[in-house]
Amino acid sequence: MLTLTCPHCGVQADETELSPGGEAHLKRHGPGSSEEEFEGYLFQRQNPKGPHYERWRHSYGCGRWFLAARDTATNRVFGTYPASLAAPSDGLRSLISTAGAGRGFEPGAPSPAPEAAQ
Amino acid sequence: MSTRLSRGGRLIDRSRPLRFTFDGHHYQGFAGDTLASALLANGQVLVGRSFKYHRPRGLVASGHEEPNGLVNLGTGARMEPNQRATVTPLRDGMTALSQNRFPSLDFDVGAVNDAFGRFLPAGFYYKTFMWPRAFWKHVYEPVIRRSAGLGRVPEGRDPDSYEHFFAHVDVLVAGGGVAGLSAALEAGRSGQRVLVLEQNPWWGGRAVIDEPEIDGVPAAQWVERTMRELGAMPNVRLHLNTQVSGIHDHGYVLACEQLGEEGGGPRQRLWRIRAGRIVAANGAIERPLAFAGNDLPGVMLASAMRDYLVNWGVSVGDRVVVVTNNDDAYRTALALHRAGLIVPVIVDARTRPEGELVRMARDLGLRVEAGRGIAKVMGRRRVTGVKLCALAGEGAPIEEIACDAVAMSGGWTPSVHLWSHVGGGLSWDDARAMFRPDPNRPPRGQDGQAMVLPAGAAEGELRTAAVIASGARAGAAASGSEAPSPVAARDAEEGPILPVWVMPQGATPALRRKMWLDYQNDVKVSDVELAAREGFQSVEHAKRYTTLGMATDQGKLSNLNGLAVLSSALHVPIPQVGTTTFRPPYTPITMGTLAGVAKEALFQPVRTTPIHDWHQRHGATWEPVGLWRRPFAYLRPGENVHAAVAREVLAVRNGVGLLDASTLGKIVVKGPDAGRFLDMMYTGVMSTLAVGKCRYGIMCSENGFLIDDGVVIRLSEDAWLCHTTTGGADRIHAHMEDWLQTEWHDWRVFTANLTEQWAQVAVAGPRAREVLAKLGGMDLSREALPFMTFREGRLGPFDARVHRISFSGELSFEVAVPADQGLALWEALVEAGAEWGVTPYGTEAMHVLRAEKGYIMIGEETDGTVIPQDLGLGWAISRKKPDYLGKRAQERTHMASGQRWRLVGLESLDRSVLPEGAYVLGQGTNANGQRNTQGRVTSTYHSPTFDRGIAMAIVERGPERMGETVQVSNRAGEPVAARIVDPVLYDKAGEKLNG
Amino acid sequence: MAEVVTRMGPLGMVSLRGDLGEERLRVTVSALTGTAMPGRLRIEGTSGRGAAWMSPDELLIFLPPEEAPAAVRRLSEELEGLHHLVADVSAMRVGLRLDGPGAREVLAKLSPADLHPDAFGPGVVRRSRLGQVAAAFWLEGDGARVICFRSMGDYALALLRQSAKDGAVGYFGA
Repeated sequence: MLTLTCPHCGVQADETELSPGGEAHLKRHGPGSSEEEFEGYLFQRQNPKGPHYERWRHSYGCGRWFLAARDTATNRVFGTYPASLAAPSDGLRSLISTAGAGRGFEPGAPSPAPEAAQ
Repeated sequence: MSTRLSRGGRLIDRSRPLRFTFDGHHYQGFAGDTLASALLANGQVLVGRSFKYHRPRGLVASGHEEPNGLVNLGTGARMEPNQRATVTPLRDGMTALSQNRFPSLDFDVGAVNDAFGRFLPAGFYYKTFMWPRAFWKHVYEPVIRRSAGLGRVPEGRDPDSYEHFFAHVDVLVAGGGVAGLSAALEAGRSGQRVLVLEQNPWWGGRAVIDEPEIDGVPAAQWVERTMRELGAMPNVRLHLNTQVSGIHDHGYVLACEQLGEEGGGPRQRLWRIRAGRIVAANGAIERPLAFAGNDLPGVMLASAMRDYLVNWGVSVGDRVVVVTNNDDAYRTALALHRAGLIVPVIVDARTRPEGELVRMARDLGLRVEAGRGIAKVMGRRRVTGVKLCALAGEGAPIEEIACDAVAMSGGWTPSVHLWSHVGGGLSWDDARAMFRPDPNRPPRGQDGQAMVLPAGAAEGELRTAAVIASGARAGAAASGSEAPSPVAARDAEEGPILPVWVMPQGATPALRRKMWLDYQNDVKVSDVELAAREGFQSVEHAKRYTTLGMATDQGKLSNLNGLAVLSSALHVPIPQVGTTTFRPPYTPITMGTLAGVAKEALFQPVRTTPIHDWHQRHGATWEPVGLWRRPFAYLRPGENVHAAVAREVLAVRNGVGLLDASTLGKIVVKGPDAGRFLDMMYTGVMSTLAVGKCRYGIMCSENGFLIDDGVVIRLSEDAWLCHTTTGGADRIHAHMEDWLQTEWHDWRVFTANLTEQWAQVAVAGPRAREVLAKLGGMDLSREALPFMTFREGRLGPFDARVHRISFSGELSFEVAVPADQGLALWEALVEAGAEWGVTPYGTEAMHVLRAEKGYIMIGEETDGTVIPQDLGLGWAISRKKPDYLGKRAQERTHMASGQRWRLVGLESLDRSVLPEGAYVLGQGTNANGQRNTQGRVTSTYHSPTFDRGIAMAIVERGPERMGETVQVSNRAGEPVAARIVDPVLYDKAGEKLNG
Repeated sequence: MAEVVTRMGPLGMVSLRGDLGEERLRVTVSALTGTAMPGRLRIEGTSGRGAAWMSPDELLIFLPPEEAPAAVRRLSEELEGLHHLVADVSAMRVGLRLDGPGAREVLAKLSPADLHPDAFGPGVVRRSRLGQVAAAFWLEGDGARVICFRSMGDYALALLRQSAKDGAVGYFGA
């Protein structure tokens, strides 16, 4: 069971105090978007074995959403930051690329098509 | 014969005798005894029968690893099966029963299996009960079920209480032996928060039994001194009788503490710990040796025999043969000899044993037979002797030696369980013949650094000086302190171990069939070899095929021996075979401990409205809605639910009814961008709603599916109040905050979930206005308060918000007051309405009323695959808005298809109530041979208003097929014919609710 | 442990969302509570009169219950023109009190929050779980105070009473 530090209130929260929200840094595609864009936004996810950017809400605490960069294989947490940020900081990204050894993905990048994702 | 010696036993208090029974026989032990030591003290070596062959079984160990000494403890509701006698503290009046025997432990008819043991090898059940297939259900399964399972279940609710406790520490030390205490000293001196947990009721582990010298004093004295020092540190907490059960991600650790006597406070406490670093100082377990007859009562681990002698003053036999492949077992020989017992021979598999302990034994005149093994243990229910053989041969007996007990030692296995629970890697140490924690592959924590640090015997260190150094090193590393200076310790020099997995090495098949690996599950050397021959190469597969290590002891004694036998049968080295996976808990934890206080009334929170107690007093039967309890119907004396619902519905249609609607979600949305925000949240337009007016709104997910509905009211220029469904309040509030915080974080909008601030009562029916008018105050006339408007102000003595909205199709007002006024409002309305027969109605009447009116209900007409267009709610969707959540999804081809199942009413031709969840049958069958369907019933009730069954359904192209007759079936009975009709049956023109 | 768990009398509570760094908001809140503005995870004053930090843009203001409606009006007036949300939430939550030195341990049996004195001292307010429900708690008087949603008050009260009845763990040394 994980603990994550909420960047809004500073509490090191227990997983039971948090609600998960799936992959972070998705770009919303609304009316007018192509079928491919909308499919990517709604359904395609990276699901990496390695560093992952993900959404969490401190639901039993301050109620704020935040993002976490976590290695899904080792559960190492590289950092947490407010959900309003469009991208993780450069420091966090370089930490991840050093530790993640290419297993991660670029936040906000389009997910691979299903054929390529295997 | 096992017995209590006249002297010795450091844990027992001979001045405090305790009485107990075992299988109905009365015995006596002492305070400080375990049930096992007390049984042995009374000559009871036979304690159980094995699972498969019903072989007689005696105690083989002295601690948590015991596979045989499982008993049914207690009586009635406190009866607990599979309790290990070796770790059960003896209590006065204790009642214990042996298990897996019938009719008695001494004479067990199941033992007939033993005679046929040759015909019950590994995989017997898999192979035998396959055919004929029809026999499984009625013949094989019932027979197997009767013989399966160990022990008996309690006969009633558990009367004891249990609790949890959360602790946050910098360093957790698992194990209070000398390694753990050394680690605790280092970590404690750093000033960090330290918690030390020890599973046994004493500190010092094995050191206080074997008494090496530490820091110039005997071990017991060093432990005492260390405990004084630790006890004086305010940052260090120490708990005995607490077993670290499992290590999980991010330093989450569960530990189980055994508490006091029955009836005085909780029986067990589950520690839920967050630890920065964990020192795994949880020791090692001695391995049995595999020789024929090694399961006979009287054959015991050498260390266990020493424990019984030193801790409890108990001898297991008068003449004890010691058999070993290492020096440590000589400590047992020496201890027995010192206690005046006879050790006729020490059988040592090694050809030239010559450690310090061996020399001491020889100097005392003990006979040492080197290069020898045990060919066979003699005896039926108890050891009567052993036959010696050459270790190298096939087992031809050289000599028979009479004895009544055998002490065996196959070496020590570090308990790597805790290290491995979260993925710590192991490496094979050939010289020590053991798997050890691999320091290069530690379990890692949140920060990516090593989270668990092994120490002492758990790290593979068996000599005292190395154990202490390893503990101190781990404690320093865990607390980030300087490497400590070494503490001197002295114990006997030991010679090397000789790995022996089968004794003798060339044993015949007949002997291998009598060499037990897993005592509890009756797995023998021959079974593992059979599995290898049949192609089970993976250790995980061989484990499941043979059931090795799958019993309640999880193979603590058997796993390494088993995989060594497998490795030899497969001709691959042990490290290549690998181990099975170590999973928590280390030993079983009772369900009550896991539940803690969450049982009976505290099993789950129940949410109640401010009017709950009134409902309870007036005959309410309850419907759970999420965690809420809402009145389903109010039963009058002699009335059934059906009659009550009918009465309530008709009262609303013809007079006036009251519904407690307090559970509806109420979310205030305020700010300069609130209108724009709500236009994205709802499919309709909320920004144009006039202040003082109400509008029905529906919300979709980005998938386009309908997720909630409710009435939105505009409180002021920049504030709206959104009503949600009962189950939707928290979910929809979280949904709003999600979009506000993550997507539109620059929009200036605040939300507040005020659901519980307000109690809300629906007053519905033709007499509703008259009832409210009687309270006085607010002008509720049609002109002052038309349909779909609201007003705030005084209503009688209340500060109220009154909405003209209706979910019943009748003239209806929903009155909201602060929750602490809710009951007073309800009672005032009951009193005011008395002259019109005002009737409280429950959720079922509410459902019937809305279904008669054709109103949809979230969770009935919706199931996560339904879009608003399916339900004829196109009128609540703005076509002008460029965007709202779900709009893009609703443009997808499948969503816009004319073939979708859409909302209609269904009328059974015979006026019956259609079955719930029934399908509308289509033509032909699908690829799986199942009947095709073309729709399904979403709501179905008896309508008291029309005195017939009514239903709502979604049917393929339904609205285009009015008047058509379809067949409806739920497979339970014959299909029922029903006509497709308009879902709105009651007051289609809306004259009543506008009234 | 001899802790007594009781339901508190009515509390006046006002929820205020806004920019907590805004001077006008800080002055108005301090005038109402007679205390400083609470910092992150802090409570100033008491459940009788004070203010607790609930989130980066939310305060819970405590007042005598009869003063709550006027406080809502005053805040609305003083904050006119500033983006904010103010609501009387007095009836939405219930207050529970734990009297006795073991209050910390009673809470630690039920909440995953770190309640060690280093992390949970006087003036700290922690929002977390209590058993299966959301709650906020802080030290006050010779014990602790808990607030939770009204509908779950009976559950929380029974939970705390059971935990108090089960006795001391002796972990925090008190």
